Amino acid sequence: MTQVQTQTKMPFLFVGLLRPVLISAAFFMLLTGLAYPLFTTLVANVLFPFQARGSLVERDGLVIGSAVIGQHFTRAEYFQGRPSMTLGADPLDPSKSVAQPYNAGSSGASNLGPTSQKLIDAVALRVDAYRQQNGLAADAQVPVDAVTSSASGLDPHISVANAQIQVSRVARLRHLPEADLLKLVNAHTEQRTFGLLGEPRVNVLQLNLALDALKPAHQPPLAASE
Amino acid sequence: MLSTMLEFAVILGLMTGLAILMGKWLTRVFTGRNHALAERATYRLLGIDPTETMGWARYGSALLLSNAAMMLLGYIVLRLQGFMPLNPLELSAQTPDLAFNTAASFITNTNWQAYSGETSLSNFSQMAVITFLMFVGATAGVVAAAGFIRGLSRSNAADIGNFWVDFTRMLYRVMLPLCFGMALVYFWQGMPQTLSSEALATTLEGAQQQLIVGAVASFESIKHIGTNGGGFFSMNAAHPFENPTPLTNMLHILSMLLIPSALTYTFGSMLMRRRQGWVFFGTFLVMFVGFLSIVYTAEQSGNPLLTRVGADQVLSATQSGGNMEGKELRFGIADTSLFVTTTTGATTGSVNAMHDSLTPMGGFVPLAQMMLNCVFGGDGVGFINLIQYALLTVFLVGMMIGRSPEFLGKKIEAREIKLVMLSVLAHPVCILGFTALAALWPDTLNSLNNQGPHGFSEVLYAYTSGTANNGSAFAGLNANTPFFNTTIGLAMLLGRFFTMLPMLAVAGSLAMKKNIPAGAGTIPTATPLFMFLVVFVVLVVGGLTFLPALALGPLVEQLQLLTGQTYK
Repeated sequence: MTQVQTQTKMPFLFVGLLRPVLISAAFFMLLTGLAYPLFTTLVANVLFPFQARGSLVERDGLVIGSAVIGQHFTRAEYFQGRPSMTLGADPLDPSKSVAQPYNAGSSGASNLGPTSQKLIDAVALRVDAYRQQNGLAADAQVPVDAVTSSASGLDPHISVANAQIQVSRVARLRHLPEADLLKLVNAHTEQRTFGLLGEPRVNVLQLNLALDALKPAHQPPLAASE
Repeated sequence: MLSTMLEFAVILGLMTGLAILMGKWLTRVFTGRNHALAERATYRLLGIDPTETMGWARYGSALLLSNAAMMLLGYIVLRLQGFMPLNPLELSAQTPDLAFNTAASFITNTNWQAYSGETSLSNFSQMAVITFLMFVGATAGVVAAAGFIRGLSRSNAADIGNFWVDFTRMLYRVMLPLCFGMALVYFWQGMPQTLSSEALATTLEGAQQQLIVGAVASFESIKHIGTNGGGFFSMNAAHPFENPTPLTNMLHILSMLLIPSALTYTFGSMLMRRRQGWVFFGTFLVMFVGFLSIVYTAEQSGNPLLTRVGADQVLSATQSGGNMEGKELRFGIADTSLFVTTTTGATTGSVNAMHDSLTPMGGFVPLAQMMLNCVFGGDGVGFINLIQYALLTVFLVGMMIGRSPEFLGKKIEAREIKLVMLSVLAHPVCILGFTALAALWPDTLNSLNNQGPHGFSEVLYAYTSGTANNGSAFAGLNANTPFFNTTIGLAMLLGRFFTMLPMLAVAGSLAMKKNIPAGAGTIPTATPLFMFLVVFVVLVVGGLTFLPALALGPLVEQLQLLTGQTYK
């Protein structure tokens, strides 16, 4: 009797598993893979529509980027972001990849190790370029964030040290007093969250937007095409 | 410096508090008698009897078979991506070897990615395959731990619970509500959550910028709570859409540690041995803090070769300094070091910096933690791995003093130690065997992004990450080749099930034994002394097994960095 009891209570290894195995796969896919993300999307678009769509920043009715994603600044009259190693399709031959900094369609990093000569050479070149652009001495030490590439290739921030060094260049090119720009940098410096988390930092896109508001860029934005 | 120490202390303090709350909650989930309405409906749909009790073998079979079916379903949908909706960018389906790798990766809670999210997966695949597999993979891990702990808590019992009940409850009562709540915070902080695939922008300088968006917040919450770790985007939690602020970074870290740390408390509650639970929590924490200090020191010291060419890496009021190659400015060195230690300790595999660009000793830590695989460890399996080392410790100590080993009031005999050794050995055999094979494979050199010892580290890291079900990478390695896809895919499956199933068998075997009262020869296991003994055994076993391989990678690289040796 006990024997029978045990057998009905504890069936053979695989008996009766087929149905729950198959149905659980399909049902939990619908539940966790569709119902959950779709419901979350619905709630997100009701509560935080701006963030849910990618924190898109508009100027004069034109989407100019995302508040949390960095973009490529090449002109000396703008504050410049960190080096970016993202790639993009070669316009001449789409099967090949070429350097395309701040390509938000394909995040990427150098992935070079600390003993890579490629890394050392790249940093050395950036250090020289940074010194020249900002009129620093030939042996000046340059803030590390200005000469190393970020992890995402889309880093929206630079360090306060980096922003402060760029002030005199931008002030000269924009014909603005340096003191005003230092104030602008200070106003756009985000401090550590709760005084603890993260690092003090400056969002380059937002700083440049404020800069344009202070005094428009020389070239109208759309005139420049790459 | 001081603020960094304070930050680490606050976050670890928060983790401890959350471990208690979550531990209590998990105890109720695993031991509650009542089934909720939705759960009863699900049991009817699945056609299972919630009162059935399962021995370890049947419990393990249900886990293995349901995981196999889910992996197969994921594979099929990935291969059919071209015919599925929500694919406006018309991304083509993954190749068979890549889809196998992806499906194996996500069901085993590894989340190794040989593809880049932006250019390979549609919004539909990100939800229906990736988000789905992240949920069920992580849930299966916790459920294994539930069965395991139940086995340890019983005596003269033939069963360790009901797999379907544990799975459904874990999903309904923990995973889904937690992930939804966390997603609310995430999109408030700036993560996208939309069905669109892209947004187009014209930058301030007039260039076109294509922003890839999607259901990111719902993805990120399960990714970290489930210690999964695969990124929506190629650059994972370094991408500003996946990790926009230092606050989300901290929430990611706490999410990853949540369930692994809570299980020590749950264990203490279910066995009515709370001190023992805290001893295991302490074991995790001691190792964690040790490894964290190594990463932080190494990364903050920076790369001497970059100082030589003019980079200023000194910490000051206006910059974080340190080795910033492959790091994000908003996280700096401190938040990155904590993330690196957490993601490879709690085997998540999400990254907020590129591990390939860490300093040699900074890269040594992730490798070492994945090799030990029990510094918190992944959801469920981390705790199981720790018990495996605890059993080994009582066995070794028992041998030394000539007493038959006991653990939790049960005699540990040949059968248990054999199973423990199977699990202890499967891990290094898989890592070192596949690494050796890859080192001999002629095409491997073409996949490397770095030469010299760092190149070897890239390969070693790949198999360590796969076997430990971590999923992070020295991402310079081009792993999307049939050889790497297949071997890393196998490493993930072997690493998952060859440790989980033997340990379930141990639990089943302990459940059947009778309780014996502690005698004079019993080694007390709920003491700080035992905690250090376990740490010692973990480090000795791990060190003896893996030091030779580590010496060829990060250790020799560190020496070469100091002498200024570089590679093309």
